[in-house]
Amino acid sequence: MILLEWLQYPFVWSYQQTVEKLSLPKQKIFWAYVFLFIPLIFFLYIRIYPTIQAFGMSFYDWNPLAVEQEFIGFDNYAEIFEDVQKPALTSPTRAAFENTVKYVVIGMPLQLVLSLSIALMLSEIRRFVDFYRVIFFLPFVTSTIAVAWVFRWLYQPQHGLFNVVLAAFSLPTQDFLDSRGQALFSILAVVIWQGLGFAVIIFLAGLKQIPRTYYEAAEVDGSSRWQSFWNITLPLLNPSIVYLVVLQTISFLRMFAPVLAMTSQGDGGPLNSTTTVVLRVFREAFGTRSKMGYSAALTVVLFAVILMVTIIQLRLTTRSVD
Amino acid sequence: MDAAQPAMVNTPEQVPQTISNRKRQTVIYRAFSYLVLSLIGLTMVIPFVWMISTSFKDATEIYRPNFFPQNPTTDNYEEVITDTALPRWYLNSLIVAVMTTISVAFFDSLAGFVFAKYQFPGKRAIFLLFLSSLMIPTEMLIIPWFIMSVDPPIGATWVDTYWGIAFPGVITATGVFLMRQFMQSVPDELLDAARIDGVSEFGLFWRIVIPLSLPAIGALSIFNFLGNWNAFIWPLIVTSDLNMMTLPVGLQFFSSENGADWHLIMTGASLSVVPLLIIVIVFQRYIIEGITLTGLKG
Repeated sequence: MILLEWLQYPFVWSYQQTVEKLSLPKQKIFWAYVFLFIPLIFFLYIRIYPTIQAFGMSFYDWNPLAVEQEFIGFDNYAEIFEDVQKPALTSPTRAAFENTVKYVVIGMPLQLVLSLSIALMLSEIRRFVDFYRVIFFLPFVTSTIAVAWVFRWLYQPQHGLFNVVLAAFSLPTQDFLDSRGQALFSILAVVIWQGLGFAVIIFLAGLKQIPRTYYEAAEVDGSSRWQSFWNITLPLLNPSIVYLVVLQTISFLRMFAPVLAMTSQGDGGPLNSTTTVVLRVFREAFGTRSKMGYSAALTVVLFAVILMVTIIQLRLTTRSVD
Repeated sequence: MDAAQPAMVNTPEQVPQTISNRKRQTVIYRAFSYLVLSLIGLTMVIPFVWMISTSFKDATEIYRPNFFPQNPTTDNYEEVITDTALPRWYLNSLIVAVMTTISVAFFDSLAGFVFAKYQFPGKRAIFLLFLSSLMIPTEMLIIPWFIMSVDPPIGATWVDTYWGIAFPGVITATGVFLMRQFMQSVPDELLDAARIDGVSEFGLFWRIVIPLSLPAIGALSIFNFLGNWNAFIWPLIVTSDLNMMTLPVGLQFFSSENGADWHLIMTGASLSVVPLLIIVIVFQRYIIEGITLTGLKG
């Protein structure tokens, strides 16, 4: 603290010469700009400028090894459009879009329903609430990479715990991550497992906001638990639900680390069956081909989708306020 | 108010029956909840237990499905710690997470303070500019960031440096927004009184607003620390030197190199996960508060 006061000394002289002559409101304006200077530079240079740059790069056949980058207009977008029309087996881009839609459409509702059920049960009980809450929460704070490798071990065809258990009950063992049909769902299960605790906490906070008197009044009027849930809990929980729908949709749209860590060589296999848009961005830009322009165009498409989701959210939330 | 009172409107014989029905229902619901929650709790814990159990088995025993190793060994731990750069990855993760957290705590608070307590031309525009960055997915920025890091404005290269790993996270829009919300509750009269006493504008921030905002800063810091500790995609891209990798990047590298050595992979995973889990269990209250406050991951 003393150090910080010393640091002010070089400014004191010029401050007395110039700033102190200003009126108090103007002095405040001066300091507001001084305080915001570094954050403003940061947001302009590290966030906004690279965004514009990504847009720009998507119009170039950008290759980091080339001396000069060639402007190709909308060719990258045309290439994405062509790739999307090919069959998923041969076109990783097509597979990536297909799978990403699957992750969102299956994963998001499943996670929402599961976490809401857990939160409702947690609000039902009186003891050990903190205990359960921290247990559900542990996977969320664990590194996705560690979690992914633990599940890869559990999913092992011969010696993994899941198949050992299946065999113990004389059930047929499964290929899980090695199967084209099951791999996507095996990865999805891990992602849902890991994210559950977060959604539970958001729902619990939302449930706490609902006044108990509403339920008591409904009870007196003879409404059943199910009716109370449908007529009180769900409508009043709407802000939490909308918030989580948007947040989880965006996070499933951005799936990357679990797929990289849970497929062999991180290729989104077997045969493109688990690959995602962001994994393609990573592979195309930083793989052997270094197609950075094409990758940048993919991120622009991703950005457009996320923007749409956010705008829909803003529409929904402002309506619920009216 | 007594909840049973309005029930007097009902016919007398109806009331006791519905209430006792309710009570019975509640007991059943509770029992059911405890049962299901315990089962779900088990599925949350078993993968961790299995991970730790495998890490104490030797190469021959890992394929046997017993929960408790028959000949528990710490050889795996010795091997992973001495033969890999894992201690170094730990240090790297720690340095990056501490660096960004201190920076975020300071700059997010400062910017939040300005947006909460000052009126100046362009305030709305600058605030919207900060917020708009929330809508940009990190994935869109990694390619330009990488090009910037290879040929940076300051220094020779940011690839394989701490600054290179940390720079995207040194100020966060969510943090600025959170601190602004929190600091709006600091009374203006308090600040004006301090101004009359000759406290400088920075002094107001440092000596009055910061101490009053410690709970929010604490939540933001813990949350930010966890986010940076687990950050993956950017550290993966900006590091190629084994000695500059962070823990998740190193773990991914190490595990893909040791395909079938599950006892070593699970040891690496245990080493990277368990200390953090202990911290989380100790600080769970603050972390959960922080989540409800900020509500965003990473």
